[in-house]
Amino acid sequence: MTPYNPFNRNFGTGTRTKAVRPDMKWHELTRAGNIYEPGNANTYETGDWRSIRPVWNKERCIHCLMCWRYCPDASVIAKGGKFETFDYKHCKGCGICAKVCPVNAIDMVPEDEIKKVKEANKDEE
Amino acid sequence: MATLKELSRVEERFVGGHRLCAGCGHGISVRMILNAVEDANVVVGCATGCLEVASTIYPYTAWNCSFIHNAFENAGATISGVEAAYRALKKRGKIDRDFKFIAFGGDGGTYDIGLQSLSGAMERGHNIVYVCLDNGAYMNTGIQRSSATPTGADTTTSPAGKVIPGKQQPRKDLTAIMAAHNISYAAQTAINNWQDVHKKAKKAIEVEGPAFLNVLSPCPRGWRYNTPDIVQITKLAVETRFWPLYEVENGKWKLNYKPKKYVPVEEFLKPQGRFRHLFKPGNEHLIKAIQEEVDSRWLALLERCGETPELPPR
Ligand SMILES: Cc1ncc(C[n+]2csc(CCOP(=O)(O)OP(=O)(O)O)c2C)c(N)n1
Ligand code: SF4
Ligand code: SF4
Ligand code: SF4
Ligand SMILES: [Mg+2]
Repeated sequence: MTPYNPFNRNFGTGTRTKAVRPDMKWHELTRAGNIYEPGNANTYETGDWRSIRPVWNKERCIHCLMCWRYCPDASVIAKGGKFETFDYKHCKGCGICAKVCPVNAIDMVPEDEIKKVKEANKDEE
Repeated sequence: MATLKELSRVEERFVGGHRLCAGCGHGISVRMILNAVEDANVVVGCATGCLEVASTIYPYTAWNCSFIHNAFENAGATISGVEAAYRALKKRGKIDRDFKFIAFGGDGGTYDIGLQSLSGAMERGHNIVYVCLDNGAYMNTGIQRSSATPTGADTTTSPAGKVIPGKQQPRKDLTAIMAAHNISYAAQTAINNWQDVHKKAKKAIEVEGPAFLNVLSPCPRGWRYNTPDIVQITKLAVETRFWPLYEVENGKWKLNYKPKKYVPVEEFLKPQGRFRHLFKPGNEHLIKAIQEEVDSRWLALLERCGETPELPPR
């Protein structure tokens, strides 16, 4: 018999798996709706909610990380104590980071402008 | 006090992909508080409300830690039950790791429907932290008034119109009610001052016994201000003394921030759509009454904190 482990108890016949998917059939659902992979919401993208996008200005940034502190969506990625990048897969374009930046190193740019620029660049190629 | 450079190295416990509105204060509050847990193991419980509904939509969870689901009214009971079970298992040698226990609830879930279970949890003395994210209404179900809703605010169940000018009653003072449980730590904080939030979260987590934090956590939808202005609006709540920053440690009251000058409460009310009706001609007396409420609460707080009860210089 396997020894009792409070963290590894299967409460019935439901799936006990990390691989939960939105398209699962009812009989594949995990027992009691448990989720076995902490933080798996980061595989769900909320970036398409955004209508304006924060654009980082490297020259102006002083790496104070106020943008990191105040992003509600953990979409300012810091690395080694410095600003690294925006996570556009999750950033909702709320504009808070741009507002709290003490040196105006973040511009909020409408997504359709970004699209236009991208398309123009494509034409040149 | 740790710097942001240091704090940014702590593992993210509340990840992107949650479905809170763009610019929601709850995302900021929760990230700040869980950041203060540093590398400890943590179990989170959540009362139903925007935070829980938006962060645990099956089959996803935004919680990069253990999380226990429960109902609207019993976050206090649930998290204390988990803590008690943990203690029992630990005593029998079935768990060797150390854990912290944190419950989050909205103002509806905490000031109102969850107050009884929270009071019980605090009185029993569990080693838990309960965090109220106060945005002054039941936002998740469409902005109904709660006992935390400020006097005069327009909500769907205190609608400003011909009959009433917004919410009629003064706010319940929940932080004082929690302090009256003689718990180890009770504090009120606001996200404009991240150092204050961090210090208080850390204290609440480290202290033995029950701790309570009341965090002003703006909702751009319900308050109807310009979404990027969250820090400014929260700062105005503190500067106008609408939301004082203080803590009660082992029965001792301490004011943590004293505004340098008298900022009238209008400054906090004006940028918010929920107070717009108060600025119509003929409604000056309503704002005056709100100011009187703020001033008298401030003086009473100063007295409790052993400070000279006086208003800031104008
Ligand atoms: C017993 C019960 N009554 C009503 C509801 C519906 N409900 C879900 S969330 C919510 C409002 C939550 O308000 P609050 O606690 O202030 O959190 P917020 O959404 O404002 O952050 C309500 C009324 C419920 N889930 N359970
Ligand atoms: S707030 Fe501005 S200066 Fe500070 S790290 Fe972010 S972009 Fe750089
Ligand atoms: S715009 Fe908002 S969501 Fe996007 S990175 Fe800035 S603060 Fe985060
Ligand atoms: S309604 Fe308000 S509290 Fe709820 S998710 Fe939206 S901004 Fe946040
Ligand atoms: Mg609320």
